Amino acid sequence: MTTPGHDVRLSSWDAVRLVAGREVRTKLRSKAFLIATAATLILLIGFALVMKFIGGGSDATVGFAPGNDALAQPLEAVARSLGETIDTREVSEDEGRAQVADESLDALVVGSADSLRVVVKKDIDDSLRNSLNVLASQLALNQEIAELGGDPAQVSAAVADATVQVEPLEEPFPYDGQQLFLGIVAGILIYMSLLLNGQLVAQGVVEEKASRVVELLLSTIRPWQLMLGKVLGIGLVGLIQMVVIGGVGIAAALALDVLTISVSTAVGTVIWLVVWYLLGFLMYSLLFAGLGALVSRQEDVGGVVSPALMFVIVGYVIGISVLPSDPDNAMVEGLSLLPVFAPTVMPMRLAMGGVPTWQAALSVGLVVILIPALVWLAGRIYSNAVMRSGARVKLKDALRSA
Amino acid sequence: MGDARLEIDRVSKRYGDVVALRETTFDVRAGELFGFVGSNGAGKTTTMRIALGVLAADSGEVRWDGTPITLDTRRRIGYMPEERGLYPKMKVGEQLVYLARLHGLSASDAERSMLDWTERLGVDGRRGDDVQNLSLGNQQRVQLAAALVHNPDILVLDEPFSGLDPIAVEVMSKVLLEKAAEGIPVVFSSHQLELVERLCDRVGIIRGGEMVAVGTVDELRSGGAVEMVVDAPRAQPGWTDGIAGVTVRSHDGSRTILELTNGVDDQAVLTAALATGPVHEFSRRRPSLTELYRNVVTQEDKA
Repeated sequence: MTTPGHDVRLSSWDAVRLVAGREVRTKLRSKAFLIATAATLILLIGFALVMKFIGGGSDATVGFAPGNDALAQPLEAVARSLGETIDTREVSEDEGRAQVADESLDALVVGSADSLRVVVKKDIDDSLRNSLNVLASQLALNQEIAELGGDPAQVSAAVADATVQVEPLEEPFPYDGQQLFLGIVAGILIYMSLLLNGQLVAQGVVEEKASRVVELLLSTIRPWQLMLGKVLGIGLVGLIQMVVIGGVGIAAALALDVLTISVSTAVGTVIWLVVWYLLGFLMYSLLFAGLGALVSRQEDVGGVVSPALMFVIVGYVIGISVLPSDPDNAMVEGLSLLPVFAPTVMPMRLAMGGVPTWQAALSVGLVVILIPALVWLAGRIYSNAVMRSGARVKLKDALRSA
Repeated sequence: MGDARLEIDRVSKRYGDVVALRETTFDVRAGELFGFVGSNGAGKTTTMRIALGVLAADSGEVRWDGTPITLDTRRRIGYMPEERGLYPKMKVGEQLVYLARLHGLSASDAERSMLDWTERLGVDGRRGDDVQNLSLGNQQRVQLAAALVHNPDILVLDEPFSGLDPIAVEVMSKVLLEKAAEGIPVVFSSHQLELVERLCDRVGIIRGGEMVAVGTVDELRSGGAVEMVVDAPRAQPGWTDGIAGVTVRSHDGSRTILELTNGVDDQAVLTAALATGPVHEFSRRRPSLTELYRNVVTQEDKA
């Protein structure tokens, strides 16, 4: 007689773990995945190197002929006050002209203090022209003051001290250019991640439907176990990818001094990135899994997930086009609290800084509340539709039938 | 231990207005090979899907060993769906181990069982290949291995022989007989009635969602009329007219094909035949399952 040759009890957690394990193994072995991750890393590090190369140098290099090298310091000071960096060096006039010709100098200052002349190759950069003009007018002013019997140094000190006192009603957040940049990168990363991994979930669901293996799987595990296992497996790989890319990117930028923010701010950015990736991925991939189950062919995946995908894209596009120039934008602030847009918009705002704690907590809270509802909804659509092959299952039918 | 029977008890299923199964009832006993036949759309696949829990029945019950089947007992079933399906881009060995583990085997048991079954089914050389790179015949063997890899206590196979080459049919038959000999209930559907007749202990014929005949092939035969072949060269037409319940079906040279309704004594026929002169052949013709099936199905059509 038959005797059970093995223990056939498989807990729900075991089933989900087995399914997730298969997803992780399959994905980590996929060449496309490894190449995409490596390419992103190389791009990020390359970008950091380029930024260092560009950012490390100055905006312009100006040569001074021996007679007027005393003007080098004042020019640097003027440029600084205008937000520019100018390197100066002393060269003989002939040598200077040669260097302007071969572009190792942007400009050569010749002539005397009362009639400055600038030698350039073809044209002069507007901001450099500006700095030099300010320098020239200052020299003229100094000369007038000296002629009137005043002390130019005293006058300029008095002028420099005369500034308007600003009294803000609300303390503005001092947005930092680097953090704005970090916000943009965070936005791109989370957007790409949701877009790619979310679609992978839908494609995986359809692969099982199209190859009919789903019938074999569902004869031993429940639909929700299969769905959840797939979402968690792909999500885990996406998480590892996100941590590696985010971590290496920020570490490279800090090491190369491209980013000069504090390490704690950097770590905070990565942590928020991970939190929002997890929330956003869980939210959207559940939806994608349910929607994917409606169709039986890979060609139809794009069409069926596009309504959900639109929210990801719209959130990202609004965030990336408004936030860098206007981090305090009230509309974007509102959108970042809505669960459908929060996963793309909130991480950008968080990386840029200045998000009130209550807003950060509220947006997370709303998504966390929404997720169980999505699990139920997606699970229902999935289990009703996943065994129906052939034509696309209407969403209405998938929701209705028990 | 109970009798380890698989019972399908008054299972009904409708798809909208279409009745797919109407109180379908049969059982598959331990150690028995049960052939499930019927035309396309008669309800074979629906019945099997319900047994596997892939589909929910509207009413009725599927029991194993006397108790209704649950997800845990379902894991003891080896299933081969009509729609063949495996992950196309997953290696044969890995895929079988994965499926075995989903049925509750430990990692080491699953590995051992995969090695065993790929060898027994002659695909041990393809363990490292993706399923999509296998020939159709080998894919079928892997599909069978997928049904067997978790050492099931019940086998439910939907059209296991379709698309198999003659050698693979032999391999499959051997495996099914072995499994039945181990004492587990084995049920499979097929359109190849000669094969069903040769292999199966019992047969069930389903038509329009209803079981119209269940039993051994002999039992099915006994229900119908008996056919006899008599070779009496000198017999004149009408030589059987005197015997009640005998009708002439056809003539084949000097042979006469007779149909005897139930209970008619064939010895009376022999006496009548001998009265006409020499008798070279006198035999009962055993209708094949194909003929029985045709009778059952067409009778119902007339009804």
